[in-house]
Amino acid sequence: MTRNEIIKPENLVYKKPTLMNDNHMHYCPGCSHGVVHKLVAEIIEEMGLREKAIGISPVGCAVFIYNYIDIDWQEAAHGRAPALATAIKRLWPDRLVFTYQGDGDLACIGTAETIHALNRGENITIIFINNAIYGMTGGQMAPTTLMGMKTATCPYGRDPQLHGYPLKIADIAAQLEGTAYVTRQSVDTVSAINKTKRAIRHAFENSMEGKGSNLVEVVSTCNSGWKMSPVKANQWMKENMVPFYPLGDLKDKK
Amino acid sequence: MGKIKGAIVVNTDRCKGCNLCVVACPFKVIALTKEVNVRGYNYVQPVLEDACTGCCSCATVCPDGCITVYRVKE
Ligand SMILES: Cc1ncc(C[n+]2csc(CCOP(=O)(O)OP(=O)(O)O)c2C)c(N)n1
Ligand code: SF4
Ligand code: SF4
Ligand code: SF4
Ligand SMILES: [Mg+2]
Repeated sequence: MTRNEIIKPENLVYKKPTLMNDNHMHYCPGCSHGVVHKLVAEIIEEMGLREKAIGISPVGCAVFIYNYIDIDWQEAAHGRAPALATAIKRLWPDRLVFTYQGDGDLACIGTAETIHALNRGENITIIFINNAIYGMTGGQMAPTTLMGMKTATCPYGRDPQLHGYPLKIADIAAQLEGTAYVTRQSVDTVSAINKTKRAIRHAFENSMEGKGSNLVEVVSTCNSGWKMSPVKANQWMKENMVPFYPLGDLKDKK
Repeated sequence: MGKIKGAIVVNTDRCKGCNLCVVACPFKVIALTKEVNVRGYNYVQPVLEDACTGCCSCATVCPDGCITVYRVKE
């Protein structure tokens, strides 16, 4: 069978999600953000929520997510996405409202908004891209930076005596009464990507059913900030991030 | 039961040459070219087309959605 006989519309098994437009994404080659963007677009499409989805974009590398996924978006001030999501969801309870935030945005400047929105049980989903660094601004230490990990602002490695300990946001979130679903996933392999897809879909369904707030942490890579190739960054993530930020569901209220 | 055959189409202008798909392909079907695209990235092309099963691993891991996959049962 020739290539031309295989490449026919009836044989199509995978294409870029329709909701992801053709704009060139500004991300560095191999950045985890793109993989999660695709999943968000696929899930909204599959749930038939294109007209009902409202995303809140962060300050951080993902600030331009609104240029890539064709749904309604609001851009929040740094860290304030969960507060904005709260307002939008309360005004439009029938909408799918979610935030998409990095670890600097969510776990540093926006810690208060994150914890309180989750604790209030707002019917929203927070997608949390934890790459253990401030990617956008050039790779500074984040609250999530691992112990001993070198960044632009801790060139000798994170020292708990000086910088405190890495913050496990998902573990905190799981303790809060308001959260329905808290999970930690990754997007480094096909099976991990499929699990993350199921997790985001579950969180979106919970949000629509009014079950409470949902946090999907995605342990991610920032190969530029980490100064390694995308393939190496995935390996480094698995070897160093996953032992400290173990994958799996932390809470799933029935 | 017939053999499963796959084929991929790469959006070479969109590709950033990150190599994630090359590593993800179980059958070494794809490789980065020496040439660069409009943005200056080496891009991915099939080099062992006959081995493709249309498993979608490459397309799933691609952060930029550059790969379209087709599959048939012969
Ligand atoms: C009020 C304010 N403080 C600081 C900054 C600088 N700043 C921009 S993005 C960012 C953190 C980005 O890190 P993260 O949220 O982890 O996103 P990533 O780029 O890693 O995806 C910071 C501190 C800003 N833009 N506004
Ligand atoms: S700086 Fe890091 S997080 Fe930002 S686009 Fe590049 S790899 Fe991704
Ligand atoms: S579809 Fe599967 S076999 Fe074909 S190139 Fe992609 S990863 Fe390789
Ligand atoms: S994963 Fe996508 S962007 Fe990266 S090399 Fe393959 S086709 Fe290109
Ligand atoms: Mg970050």
